Order: sequence, then C-alpha cells, then structure tokens
Amino acid sequence: MATTAPSSASAFQAHHDDHAHHHDADHKPPFFQRWFMSTNHKDIGTLYLIFAICAGIIGGAVSGIMRAELAEPGIQYLGWWVEFLGGGPADFDKNGHMWNVLISAHGLIMVFFMVMPAMIGGFGNWFVPLMIGAPDMAFPRMNNISFWLTVAGFCSLMFSAFVPGGTGLGAGTGWTVYAPLSTSGSVGPAVDFAIFSLHLAGAGSIMGAINFITTIFNMRAPGMTLHKMPLFAWSVLVTAFLLLLALPVLAAAITMLLTDRNFGTTFFDQAGGGDPVLYQHLFWFFGHPEVYIMILPGFGMISQIVATFSRKPVFGYLGMAYAMVAIGVIGFVVWAHHMYTTGLDVNTKMYFTAATMLIAVPTGVKIFSWVATMWGGSLEFKSPMVWALGFIFLFTVGGVTGVVLANGGVDDNLHDTYYVVAHFHYVLSMGAVFSLFAAFYYWFPKMSGRWHSELLAHIHFWGFFVGVNVIFFPMHFLGMNGMPRRYPDYTPAFSYWNEIASIGYVIMAVSMLVFFVNIAWALVAGRRAEGNYWGEGATTLEWTLSSPPPFHQYETLPVIESHHDYHDHIGPADDRPAH
Amino acid sequence: MAGAKNHEYHILPPSAWPLLMSVAALTFTSGMVLFMHDLAGAGVVLGLGIAGVIAGFYLWLSSIVKEAQAGDHTPVVQLHLRYGMITFIASEVMFFVGWFWAWFDFALFPSELVEVVGGVWPPAGIEAVMDPFALPLLNTLILLCSGTTVTWAHHSLIHGDREGLKTGLWLTIILGVVFSFVQFYEYAHAPFEFGGNTYSSAFFMATGFHGFHVLVGTIFLAVCLRRTYAGHFTPRQHFGFEAAAWYWHFVDVVWLFLFITVYVWGGWGAAYH
Repeated sequence: MATTAPSSASAFQAHHDDHAHHHDADHKPPFFQRWFMSTNHKDIGTLYLIFAICAGIIGGAVSGIMRAELAEPGIQYLGWWVEFLGGGPADFDKNGHMWNVLISAHGLIMVFFMVMPAMIGGFGNWFVPLMIGAPDMAFPRMNNISFWLTVAGFCSLMFSAFVPGGTGLGAGTGWTVYAPLSTSGSVGPAVDFAIFSLHLAGAGSIMGAINFITTIFNMRAPGMTLHKMPLFAWSVLVTAFLLLLALPVLAAAITMLLTDRNFGTTFFDQAGGGDPVLYQHLFWFFGHPEVYIMILPGFGMISQIVATFSRKPVFGYLGMAYAMVAIGVIGFVVWAHHMYTTGLDVNTKMYFTAATMLIAVPTGVKIFSWVATMWGGSLEFKSPMVWALGFIFLFTVGGVTGVVLANGGVDDNLHDTYYVVAHFHYVLSMGAVFSLFAAFYYWFPKMSGRWHSELLAHIHFWGFFVGVNVIFFPMHFLGMNGMPRRYPDYTPAFSYWNEIASIGYVIMAVSMLVFFVNIAWALVAGRRAEGNYWGEGATTLEWTLSSPPPFHQYETLPVIESHHDYHDHIGPADDRPAH
Repeated sequence: MAGAKNHEYHILPPSAWPLLMSVAALTFTSGMVLFMHDLAGAGVVLGLGIAGVIAGFYLWLSSIVKEAQAGDHTPVVQLHLRYGMITFIASEVMFFVGWFWAWFDFALFPSELVEVVGGVWPPAGIEAVMDPFALPLLNTLILLCSGTTVTWAHHSLIHGDREGLKTGLWLTIILGVVFSFVQFYEYAHAPFEFGGNTYSSAFFMATGFHGFHVLVGTIFLAVCLRRTYAGHFTPRQHFGFEAAAWYWHFVDVVWLFLFITVYVWGGWGAAYH
C-alpha cells in the first residue's frame, strides 16, 4: 500500500459513492462555456497542459534553431531568420541581436510558459484537489484567470518578437532581463512587451499560489491532516509559498526597469547614481526561489511515482515533506550565488557559498529517501517509473555540478560558461522535464480515460534520455575549456563537442515525435483505462475515482480514517482492508 | 450546478469574467507600450484596456457580492476568503519589499561615481527634502486616525449599530481622501522633480505605489459603505468589510515604514523645504 502519505491506502477508505451521483456529477457545460469560461479544476488543468505543450513546442523549436546555428563555427542561419521574421537585410549587428532574441525567447518560454504552467497549473490543478479529497479549488473563477493571464503574458511575449528592440526586432535581453542591456541597451517597444509579459504571467501565478495555499490548508478531506497529505500536495504547497513571496519582488524589479526605460527614473542607471547590480539582487531574490518553483512539484511527483512502482510507502515521509520546506526556506537566502562575478566582497561570497551548499543537505535527504523507497521494493518498470529513475540519476548529476558552482572561487572561472548551461539543463531539461514526462505517463490515462502505448513511452524515454545527455553532457567539457554562454559563434577549437551536442538535439527531437504519436494514438484509439490502473501500489485518493474522474468529484467528501497514521504503518502493501 | 452536493464548498458555474479580465489586462499593457513609445492608437488601446479592467473588476466583484447575499459563502468559504486575503496582502508586502530594498541600497551606499549623488545621502543634487514633521507627519496622523475610525466602524457593525458603521466608514473614507489630497499637494510642491537621480526615483515610486494602494483601499471602503446602505453585512457575517479593513491597515503600516525610513531617516541631515 502506501504512497507518500504512509497512512494512505488503508486509511483512504473512501466513504463516498460516486456512482450514485454519476449522472448529475458528470453534466458538462457546452463547448465555449466549458473551455473559455471554465471554473472546473480538471478542465483548467487540461487547458494548462495543452498550453504548456504548445509553448514547449515553440520553445523547443527555438532551441533547435540554436543547436543548428551552433553545430559548426561561423554564422550559418541567423541572417535567414532575421529576414524571415521581417527584420530587413541581415547584418552583423542584427544577426547577433537575433541570437540574443532566440536565447531570451527559449529561456522565458520554457520557464514561464512551459515548466511552470505544466507543473503547477496543469498537474497541480488536476491532482492537488483529487489527492486531498476536494471537490474543486478554493477559488474556481480565480483559477481560470490564472490560466488566461498566462496566455495573455505569452501573447505579449510574442508581440515583442515583431517590434524593434535595439539592433533588431525582438527582446534580446536574456531571460534575466539585466540592466543596462534591457534599459539603455534596448531601444524600442520589444523589451516593454516582454516586461509586461512577465507582469501578466506573474500576476496569474500569484493568484494561482493564493488558490493552492487556500485549497490545501482548508479543503483537505476530513481526517487528512497535513502529516497525512500526499507529498505531491506538499510540494505544491511549498511551491505556492515561494511563488507568493518571490514573484512580487520580480514585479517591483521589472517595474523599475519599465520606469527607467520610459519615465526617467535611474534605479539602474549610473548617470543618476543608480546601480545595475541592484537589479541583479532583486531579480535573483526572485530568480533563485524560481528555480525551486520549477523543481519542487517534480520532487512531489517523483515521490508518488517511486512509491507506486516500488509498492511501498515512501521512505521517511515526514523527512521528505520537511526537506521540501527546508529547500523552500533556504532558497530565499542564497540568491547572490548567481552574482559571484559582480564584485561581491569575499565575506559575502563566503556566506553565499556556505548557504548554497547547505541546500545539498535536504536535497540529499530526498535523493537517498527515493533510493531507500526502492530498496527492497517490488519494483515495476512501467513508463512513469523509468522516467522517475532517469530523473533521480540526471537530477543528481545536475545537483552535483550545482555544488561545484556553489563555490564562489570556482564559479569565478566557470561563471557564464557552458558549464553553467550544462548544470541548469541537467536540473531543468532533465530534472523538471523528466518529472513532467513521468507525471504525464503516470496520470495520462487518469486524465483522458485512455491508455497510451507503454512501448512507445519507453522508446520515447530512451530516445530522450540519450538525446539530452548527448546535448548537455559535452557542455561540461566546453565550459571547462572556457566556451562562453550566449554567443552564436565560437573558435573552431570548440567545434567537436558542439557538433556532437547538435546531433543529440536531433535524437531528442525524434523521440518527441514518438511522444506526440503516442498521445495522438491514445486519444483516438487508446484502450479504456480503469480507475486504478497501476494497481495496489497506487494508493492516493485520485485512484479511488473513475478514469477520467466525474466532472464534479467527491460530492460526498471522502473520509480518511484517523486510527491509521504513519506511526502505525510498518507493514507491506497488502494489508489494505476490503471495501 | 451539478446535483447532489453534500459539502459546503462553493462550486461555481462557468464565468466570462476571467477571460474578459485577461483580455482587458493584455489590452491595457499593450496600450501602455504604445503610449510609452508615442505610437499610433495608444489612446484608444489604453482607454479600452483601462475601461475593460474597471468593467471586469465591477462585474466580477458584483458577482461575488451577489453570491454572498445569496448565501453561497458558507463558513468554510468565508475561511477561504480570509486565507485568500491574507496571502494576497503577504504578496503585496513583498512587492513593497522590492521598493524598500532599492531605497536602502541607494541610501546606505550612495554612488560616488556621479556628481548628482556625490557619495552622500540625500544625494548632492537634492537641495532640499520635504520636512517630515510638516505635511508627512500630518498625513501619518490622518492615516493612524483612519485606522481607529475603521475599527469604530467594525465594532459598530459587530454590535448591530448600523449608524455607527456608516459614520465610521464615512470618516475613514474622508480621511483617506484627505490623505490623498495632501499627498497630491506635496508632490505638486516637492522641491525635487520626478526621476533623474536615485533619491527622487525611489521616493516617488515607493510613495507613489503606496498612494495608489490608498486609492484602491479608499475605493474598497467606499464599496463597503455603498453595501452598508444597501443593507448588506450582518454582525456575524461581513467578510467584505473585514477584507477592506485589513487592506486599510496594511496600507497604514506601509505608510508608517515609509514615514520612518523615507521621510525621517532618509532625509536626515538635508535642508528641509
């Protein structure tokens, strides 16, 4: 039995009876109302997932252009893109600006419009209410504006690509939007559209955070104490607090950019005594919690999945929950490790080095607890589990290079090299994205009611696993040899590993085709999925419902029996009482 | 909505307001970009955006008030609203943290690179600052006083004294409006211009965003007053009022920090205007 909340299965003796109300509960509004005016957490979750997939295709295509350009030294394709996107005859400056626009778009799209909407908006919306036994989110209408503001933000970012932004069209500031490149360095409306894009998406995320905090604190099923709550819900709770407290600081910082650009303030302009490094402090005070925002829900998903396919409760449930809390808290006091080369004094660097390394402790608690969960478990290598195993392995690689970069002295050499690019792609494209695919295969039949092909899912996994490693592992070498980030060209000395990395992109892209074929096939002709298709290892509340669940679930709330709690539960999975 | 609901949560029918608000918000921000770059159509797009946002707020909040009057706000739903308001205010606090951060950075580490600052605070280019113990102190007293009148209104409401509620709210709103006028007067007579150096950038943006929040809080209280005349609120259930009061106290506390760190400490040693 068991899962993350070790009380689970036996305790989750749901006293509800969905079938009795099935007819009423499944009454859906007409198309436009259902999808454009939704107040249903599952539909809004679906919208978020579709949106995130679309944004992911665009963001992934942008990285394809980048890998094509970097496949060999010299400038190959940028000029073509400058002219294709309407920037007039290409020249050296426009080509360079085009490159900056591409890397900015890739970063902003993947962070704000792919990972965050998929993790929190998509899976969070779908499964937090289901797992805690809630009929919906606390604020169903606000839930919907969170989604539509994300779309509005994406539109604003797309507008920015077609208006002047300096030496060409589009915002070429990097996802960090550092001043003075983003202020005096980017004349034209493009950066203003990009800034407003973050305002809009950020407002949506803050409202989402308010919604999740309220839902998780107030709408858990009777008997489900916080210490019995599944770890995915825990992860979203911690993430929501990070969003709530970090995003407003970004809002203030980019508002300062806006007034510096347009209204004559000098927050970051040295001519008026301003300080560009202040922008970096404000940005990374948001930006560091932001990277945990992108990975914590993944931690929650991996805990559910590893427990399910080990048929054991997760090892050290409370330690797992509070490790996430610790990561969230420490995440607010390590931001300047992104700024080691800005001239911080040595004592400041020492503090930020020590504080950053401290994060390896709760993160280690999580890695070891996942391994201990599998230890002696009855392992089943279904597709979600192989993605989860890939996550644990590759996230650990990214975490280890993170400890390297945490050293202020070492980072003086590695800052802004491809070593950093390799590091954060190991924790994001392999950490966050692997957890997203793990969650997708884990829950896709629950959401759609239809089975994907496990074979194709495994092929997708192996293609993607090989592809991303071929892309990103050589970047460690390139970085240690001194190849800088954010340039479209490089000395021929770096050409070997760059060519390899670009071949890796092709492997990864082909595996993504397998993913889309799999999903399309499943939606058209997939076998019907039953309620609990993973069997006795899957013990959280969503598995007590049909697949897909009724439009309104838990019209009678499930009751979690109180005599089972984690202190009692030491037995194997098969002590589940008969219903 | 769907049939046999055996719980106290609020399951809502589909609503057009979120989509409308998002479209309006995008129209507003796009209009701002056009406006900031003097581009064609700025007035129309910005106007539509602002009108859309205001209409969206009005329609959405009207729906909430109607639902409250219809009894949809069960005790657990009221608890949701409390959590929602507290977390919203927490996020607002963090927004002001950003502005205070800039202020302290500039004040504690004044730039030595440019003459306009000259390594001193307030910057060398600022000939005089506002006398904190003149109008800003008056405004501090006005806001503190408004904090007591809103509490008066709250106690009257709890004790079923509708007239006391109206008086307390009227006084609070009037004090809020007076505050805004005093602030406006002060801006108009400030001894330094907007922008151009760190002092007047951070001063006007921090106090300006506070002023905007005063405006929003005043409108929020005015909505409560209108609802009071319409017979809304009972001694036991009046979260709309409480949310406005919480927000008002939050705005008050931000002002106290601004008064101490920006007006008094931040102008210390400079000539007073």
